[in-house]
Amino acid sequence: MHPVHPATTAPAIELSNLTLGYDRHPAVHHLSLRIEPGSLVAVVGPNGAGKSTLIKALAGELRPISGAVGGLAGQRIAWLPQHSGLDPTFPIDVRRMVAMGLWHRVGALGRLTAEHRRLCDEALASVGLTGFETRGLDTLSGGQLQRALFARLILQDAPVVLLDEPFAAVDNPTSADLLALLHHWQQQGKTVVVVLHDLAQVRAHFPLTLLLARELVAYGPTAEVLSETHWARAQRMQEPFDDDAPLCAASPETSGEGHAHTHAHPHSHSDAHPQAHAHGHSHREEALP
Amino acid sequence: MSDPAVSPFLAWLVGNPLLGPLVEFGFMRSALLGCVALSLSAAPVGVFLMLRRMSLTGDAMAHAILPGAAIGYLLFGLSLTAMTVGGVLAGLAVAVGSGLVARNTVLREDTSLAAFYLLSLALGVLIVSVRGNSVDLLHVLFGTVLALDDAALGLLGGICAVTLGSLALLYRPLVMECLDPGFLRQVSRWSPVAHYGFLGLLVINLVAGFHALGTLMAVGIMVLPAATARFWVRRLTPLLLLATALALTASLVGLLLSYHADLPTSPMIVLSLGAFYLLSLLFAPQGALRHQRPASSHLKA
Repeated sequence: MHPVHPATTAPAIELSNLTLGYDRHPAVHHLSLRIEPGSLVAVVGPNGAGKSTLIKALAGELRPISGAVGGLAGQRIAWLPQHSGLDPTFPIDVRRMVAMGLWHRVGALGRLTAEHRRLCDEALASVGLTGFETRGLDTLSGGQLQRALFARLILQDAPVVLLDEPFAAVDNPTSADLLALLHHWQQQGKTVVVVLHDLAQVRAHFPLTLLLARELVAYGPTAEVLSETHWARAQRMQEPFDDDAPLCAASPETSGEGHAHTHAHPHSHSDAHPQAHAHGHSHREEALP
Repeated sequence: MSDPAVSPFLAWLVGNPLLGPLVEFGFMRSALLGCVALSLSAAPVGVFLMLRRMSLTGDAMAHAILPGAAIGYLLFGLSLTAMTVGGVLAGLAVAVGSGLVARNTVLREDTSLAAFYLLSLALGVLIVSVRGNSVDLLHVLFGTVLALDDAALGLLGGICAVTLGSLALLYRPLVMECLDPGFLRQVSRWSPVAHYGFLGLLVINLVAGFHALGTLMAVGIMVLPAATARFWVRRLTPLLLLATALALTASLVGLLLSYHADLPTSPMIVLSLGAFYLLSLLFAPQGALRHQRPASSHLKA
């Protein structure tokens, strides 16, 4: 079982030459970068760029085709997928759903105590759901349900938080509240990685941005990453997979961590944006155009 | 047993034309005890079956245990132990086999389960019809609730105790597995324990139900109380309590109706549950009539 009081110091996340995918087609291709502890990172990119795939791999849900995710072994991770498998018609009240987030303290066989209930009510209060404690889950609106899921994330109190499009179905006041919560988590020293599509939101709230188009386009301070040139390069990614694409020539041995891998490999999609490889390296200070 | 000086209540009970047979006749007492044990364990399992959207899985599994029981019968005759062990093994084999196929191939859980249980059922029917006589076949298909001996009662009681104990232990993981299986997988390794543990409980309760009510009716006492209770209450704990109460009541009603009207017992129990279901469907707060019409008045906030 997990320790009762987890260390709040987040680990550094080290991606080394990470390739992820399905049926041998790369959805994330030779990605190397380092996310410092306590970073608040937005992950952006066109549809099919591998954002959700990357989050799944960070959450330990998807095994890499090659390369590795370092720093997360044995860490507790709070992860909110884009399409949560939650059954909103299940006959349970909001407080008990949120109490699932206390699993690391309660375990399978423990009982919820008055203290646990107080923590649940505090978490609900901090997402503005006071008064909803004993309401049924099936009576919540989409935005309220998302707030409740954030309350569950608060109770998980994990050093690493991964969110996939958390504001997709949420109105502006709600997303403002939840964004404030993300900043609060960062101040607590947690590492927070969020997939987003609203670039204005990213510019306003996220110090760091990772622009992904299967391959790394840029990673660094948001204002520098979200330049016209970078975005144009990301948009040139070929979306459908090519079943006849030849094998990727870059094996894990030939392209080390932090380096651009060989530019010569001939897949059809990389031909569409040859410059992307020039920025295959990942250090923040080098990611300027 | 019926000394009026000892207990005036018992005397009244024996004299009562409606309830009297339950006290007077040993087979009715056994039948009632068996039904109580079955109701206490099968009804809560049925609630989770409904919440996991597996009500039809219960039906498929009930058919899947037939060949196991039939092979037990083939080898050892009408033996309680052999048919129980055979039924449990066949049920677990189908549950695990279809689970493995669903996790490792393109087939989804429903199709792989259907494939396994149809094979299993065909095998069972073949074995029973080649070797059994029609009386035995009727026993297997429709149960023997009026002929439960002490060994069978012990089995039903044991299955009841194991089920209630396991449900108490597995309660939180099982609720999470129904509510958000992805989250449970993320925070713990309990998801397969909850899933396969629950399938195990399903199988042993179907075997218990099969001894009392027969393979065809065993699922009734799981699915119908849960479905009926859902029309009345919205929360899990009341659902579990109400479903159990409904199963107990319908067992009593069905048993007495079958005695007084001289009709087969297990269909009468299931039909009593069916009557509760239909009445609730029509008149309960979350039934069809109320559902169709919005409330005539509303609150300010």
